[in-house]
Amino acid sequence: MSLSRAFFAVIRRDLVLALRRRSEIANPLLFFILVITLFPLGIGAQPHLLQAIAPGIIWVSALLAAMLSLDSLFRSDFDDGSLEQMLLSPHPTTVLVLAKIIAHWLVTGLPLLIVAPLLAVFLGMPNHSLGTLLLTLLLGTPVLSLIGAVGVALTVGLRRGGMILSLLVLPLYVPVLIFAGNAVQMAGSGLPVDAQINILIAILLMALVLAPLPVAAALKMSIH
Amino acid sequence: MRTKSTYSLEGTGLSCIRDDRVLFEELAFELVSGQILLLEGKNGSGKTSLLRILCGFREPDSGQINWCGDHVKDSQFHAQMAYVGHLDGIKKELTVLENLRMSVALSNSGRYSIHEALSKVHLQGYDDILVQALSAGQKRRLSLARLLITENVLWILDEPFTSLDKQGIALIETLMTEHCANGGMIVLTSHHDIDLPDVDVLRIHLS
Repeated sequence: MSLSRAFFAVIRRDLVLALRRRSEIANPLLFFILVITLFPLGIGAQPHLLQAIAPGIIWVSALLAAMLSLDSLFRSDFDDGSLEQMLLSPHPTTVLVLAKIIAHWLVTGLPLLIVAPLLAVFLGMPNHSLGTLLLTLLLGTPVLSLIGAVGVALTVGLRRGGMILSLLVLPLYVPVLIFAGNAVQMAGSGLPVDAQINILIAILLMALVLAPLPVAAALKMSIH
Repeated sequence: MRTKSTYSLEGTGLSCIRDDRVLFEELAFELVSGQILLLEGKNGSGKTSLLRILCGFREPDSGQINWCGDHVKDSQFHAQMAYVGHLDGIKKELTVLENLRMSVALSNSGRYSIHEALSKVHLQGYDDILVQALSAGQKRRLSLARLLITENVLWILDEPFTSLDKQGIALIETLMTEHCANGGMIVLTSHHDIDLPDVDVLRIHLS
């Protein structure tokens, strides 16, 4: 009872905080939209080329937008001491950390899902692959938040952890990019994508179970 | 209400080495309900390090800390302690009330309700004010209010009197006396000499 109360209190607090500092939501989303809208301008009037690389463009932008938003996950908590208080709580740190990651995904991942169909149409993606695109984003972006959280937890104590963070996290993002991008591409050609979707589901479940443990341990190390 | 059983905090053979410098070694103390442990010493003598070891943020380089006879990791220690450190642990974009509600949610509710605690630290009527609008002293009192609303026996306070005025200091001393009279115990560091005639104050001088 009181653990679930703590869990939802953390989610609620982080959502309220995100609403009060709006740039946190706006930044990754704006980045996502800008990158995607710049591609057609850069490539010129070649609709077929654009259509062919659209899944890749959308997924690479989503990945970079997720990277951009990662630092905000634990930064302010680390700076103002809220993280210390969270670690001292009698509740298991892994559960509280999972709450923070979920809140972070709601703020930075979910908005990408909402604008993605519009941008897909803009890039000339075939209508029948929109469903697959949304499904891969729905399964893939939480993985980005979960894996990213491990990297941030390790680097939050360093003054300039940005570079190390990208080096740590990007290689781990690659499987998601490969399977999600491939699924959308295949769906565009009308082929079945069950295998890729199943693998994405497996990655998500694994990250959901396994990521909070190292995040909690890394935060304890960072707080020294 | 809390039962008046006695608790004990015991450290044996504690040492802390930081960057090849020995801050303290073979440190031992025993604290029981109703007592205050005041850590003294100049800057950099390891006061904060000792508090962070007590909180479990750092491992001592040797020695052991026991809570009621059991090692802190095997005991109810974390459910029975509260820490106010250099960092306030409060969010400046949230209101006073939202901050305190969060603290209660992360712990178990304690002796006082949020409203009682706010009037105890003289912040009544500030419920819906954003914390960023508060002064440094008010923020400090708010972070100390957290001690009153959560269930705890041991208070670990790092320089609790910073940025408080004379009334603020007197107020915190009253709260500390009250806490000890109720069977609590406190470990704190302070540059300000505390004046608590009714409480048994132990002193450790770190050099």
